Amino acid sequence: MRLRSGQAGALFVLAAFFLLLPQFVTSSYWLGLWTLTLFYALLGQSWNLLGGYGGQVSFGHAVFFGTGAYVSAVLQVKFGFNAWAGAAVAVAAGGLVGAFLGAVSFRYGLRGSYFALVTLAFAEVFRVLVNSWELTGSGFGMLIPLRPGAAHLQFTDRTWFYYLILALLAAACALVWWIERSRFGAYLVAVRENEDAAQALGIDCFRVKVVAITLSGALASVAGVFYVQYFLFVDSHIGYGPAMSVNALLAPLIGGAGTLFGPLIGAVALGALSELTTLALGKTPGVNLLAFGVLLLVILRFLPNGLMGLFRGRA
Amino acid sequence: MAVRAPRRIARTSRRNFIAAGAAAAAALGMPALLRAQPKTVKIGLIHPMTGMFAYNGAQAFAGAKLAADEINERGGIRSLGGAKIELVVGDSQSKPEAAVAEVDKLSEAGVACFLGGYASGIGLTASQAAARQGVPFMSDTPVSDQITGRGLPGVFRFGPGFATITTAALDALVAINDAAGKPAKTVILVHEDGAFGSGMAKFLAAELPKRGFQVLDSIAHPTPTRDFTNIGLRLRAARPDIVMPSSYLNEYTLLARSIHQHRVPVKGIFSVIGGGASNFKFIREYNAAAQYIMDCNHWIDPNKPRSKRFVKALEERKVDLTYEVMLNYACMLLIADAIERAGSTDRAKISAAIASSTFEDHIMPYGPTKFVGGQNQGAQPATTQVQKMDIEVIWPQQFATAKAIFPIPQA
Amino acid sequence: MLADPVFLLAVAFNGLTVGAIYALVALGLALIYGVLHIINFAHGSLLMLALYAAFFLFTLGGVDPYVAVLALAPGFFVFGYLLQRFVIAPISFGRDTNVLLVTLGLSIIFDNLALYLWTSTTRTINVPYAQTYVDIGVTAVALPRLVALGAALLVGVAFWLLMTRTDLGKAIRAVARERQGARIVGISVEHIFAVSFGLGTAVVALAACLLLPTFYVTPTVGYAFVLIAFTTVVLGGMGSFIGALLGGLLLGVVEAFSGVLLGESLGQIGIFLIFILVLLFRPTGFFGQRVA
Repeated sequence: MRLRSGQAGALFVLAAFFLLLPQFVTSSYWLGLWTLTLFYALLGQSWNLLGGYGGQVSFGHAVFFGTGAYVSAVLQVKFGFNAWAGAAVAVAAGGLVGAFLGAVSFRYGLRGSYFALVTLAFAEVFRVLVNSWELTGSGFGMLIPLRPGAAHLQFTDRTWFYYLILALLAAACALVWWIERSRFGAYLVAVRENEDAAQALGIDCFRVKVVAITLSGALASVAGVFYVQYFLFVDSHIGYGPAMSVNALLAPLIGGAGTLFGPLIGAVALGALSELTTLALGKTPGVNLLAFGVLLLVILRFLPNGLMGLFRGRA
Repeated sequence: MAVRAPRRIARTSRRNFIAAGAAAAAALGMPALLRAQPKTVKIGLIHPMTGMFAYNGAQAFAGAKLAADEINERGGIRSLGGAKIELVVGDSQSKPEAAVAEVDKLSEAGVACFLGGYASGIGLTASQAAARQGVPFMSDTPVSDQITGRGLPGVFRFGPGFATITTAALDALVAINDAAGKPAKTVILVHEDGAFGSGMAKFLAAELPKRGFQVLDSIAHPTPTRDFTNIGLRLRAARPDIVMPSSYLNEYTLLARSIHQHRVPVKGIFSVIGGGASNFKFIREYNAAAQYIMDCNHWIDPNKPRSKRFVKALEERKVDLTYEVMLNYACMLLIADAIERAGSTDRAKISAAIASSTFEDHIMPYGPTKFVGGQNQGAQPATTQVQKMDIEVIWPQQFATAKAIFPIPQA
Repeated sequence: MLADPVFLLAVAFNGLTVGAIYALVALGLALIYGVLHIINFAHGSLLMLALYAAFFLFTLGGVDPYVAVLALAPGFFVFGYLLQRFVIAPISFGRDTNVLLVTLGLSIIFDNLALYLWTSTTRTINVPYAQTYVDIGVTAVALPRLVALGAALLVGVAFWLLMTRTDLGKAIRAVARERQGARIVGISVEHIFAVSFGLGTAVVALAACLLLPTFYVTPTVGYAFVLIAFTTVVLGGMGSFIGALLGGLLLGVVEAFSGVLLGESLGQIGIFLIFILVLLFRPTGFFGQRVA
């Protein structure tokens, strides 16, 4: 259970880099970009727990993200909840949605792309519902009033948002690290590698998968809460649209699914890629995204295991 | 004068354009060219250049570009030694988080002011980010009244918001109906289910009964909607006197085609920010379906000389005449005027100059500008009607270029 | 209104004609899924490319979309074949999650290429028969809609014949069911994969030609159909053609009725509720566990 010295060193450097980053990055644009990158890493880590370690590929992680964002927004705006209390309920709600979705789909043995499409459909159901429901602001979306102050989970100085998302990501990584080393983590990987064999060994695969999706849902809703506090706005397309589901799986798959730092490395790489293409080709609409797509294919061609494959290949 | 549909450029018009440019340069005696290269004033445009609203973003950019080019041709900002306006585009990708990142980036790149927003969700988050950076933000087309209603300093809206537009629409509808002897009594609302369509519908559903109309139904549809046949069938079954649509361009086009194809026996189609109704492309391509559609929307005052020049310039640039172009053109003129008066690129000074603006030489039917709490008080929409190949202004009367044709003549 | 049988029949029939387009888009997806077991994220973008192709053939070459099918279906077959053989397969190394990313990357490339080349302007064509109405008793249906319905049924039959009556069909079914076994008996699995992808793409091109007369093209138009196509494929039973065909038609009708009952906005939920019900009571879809 102990870290090897190389790992410990790498972790120390990583922690030092991220903790000291605001000291060197004075540009609020760059700080914002790092904040967004860490946010994608958190969202990716939640996907990674279920999809990377558990092998249950979700196409609809927006269903958890949106639940986190919407529950905390609705509780604050419509029921006068304090932001922190709202956040706590929102995270619980995200876990609950995860448990429900898992119970329904895993009970029927849905696997692989079937499971993926089912998660997609659930996200769509939620999107349509919040867009039609008065309580969730229907087509207007939810606008959280500007109330700066830590008591309201809003900060005028965006450095605090950066540290907040850094802390949340660190906590998520710690959770995944702990799971990786726990008996539960071993079960989870066993389910991914060969569910029938795992079942034969006496592992309650259904229970393992439901616990995984519950944790994953709760983590994604943490990201949702962060988003809504940061941007103070969410609507049905942001919350439950397919774009956020794609964001959730992109970072871990590029970085390396089923690895602790895959989502973070993937998010950083994607952020850098998107910045570089915009910098080089941002003049004409679409060309930068075009280049982004091409580079994505190039990465996949040469690093099929994600960027973490680079490190593992050497080790 | 009616606004003519932009057609293909004739060769002569391009030559005229160049000649006009040369004449303008000569008239100014080209003092700017003789001086050392003047510095530039950067204006950040937050427009959706990719994604769902890419068409609207491209239109918005074309409007801002036209204004900036005109200002630069006439010698730039004189109080800053002829500084040219440099447009810096931040692609919001039709997503709030991208819009915020672009606002941060451009404000560090030193833009003096922002213009843009387009949709309410993007406008709300982007203007908030701009306020945090202390950069003035001029909203172009977002209609949510929260934009300026939040009291953020330096956030402005030149055009009208929800409440103003819908109230004006109701006034126009009542006046047109009364003038025709009150033939219309029942209404069905058809609206897109996002912030703008739902907002319109909610307000109209509450206000129409007070004005003596019965709202038979309110039909929300998503964007994109693949098929409008059912809505056409429902409309034909319910037989409302008036259909009031509020949708984006593509859905609007499909809806109008469906109403036409199913021969829904309406007395009038009166849209509120119709998306398609005041788009010449739609009128050219589906003229029969577009006939007599009325639309209460952002629109120019066609009688101003500047508007006539504006329409001509757009024709030369092969740009469709749409409300995004108009508002961005007008907003850019207003921003340039404010910078001229501020005589500085200092953001606080520009913000103050916008706040105290009385700018009048624009193309919208607003009169002198007067911002209260960031909202331009004189802003109002115009009601237009498609008549043959033209879009005529039929309300308010002082801007009208034609009389409303209502109810729709039965062939 | 809801008690009026004529109105209800009109709604149902209209739903069928809309469903025909869903069925065609889903048919291609079902084939690709059934054989390659991959989710083709680029499907909507391929539809968009085909719509543009049909649009430009019409505006620049004066070719009617119905005639353009003759060129576009083979053309897109080749395009799909090459795409699978030389782009998707080599880059993804046959891994499901990588295929997902590759097709996602392709859709980003296609969409933005379209935006760059053809701008975001909405494009429509005006063919005389789009305004032609056929009275079928309960309602008048636009001619292009009837043609699409007929074509969907025909293509369904043609596919069934292809799968059951030809050597190619047998090879495709063999690969779909048992890759290794097929390889052992001498079938080129890579070739069959690419053929399946090509066929799926050709059907999308057909769908585009049938859709264009009553619809529009923008770089993002594919998204209007891709989610529904995924749903159709699951509903019909993954990889089942008959399932995709009937699933598409059913979804069209469900959408039409839930639209009428709940409004077009909330009515979208009807499709997904059916989807979840099927998931609960028949998780393999209507025609699941059958490959062809």
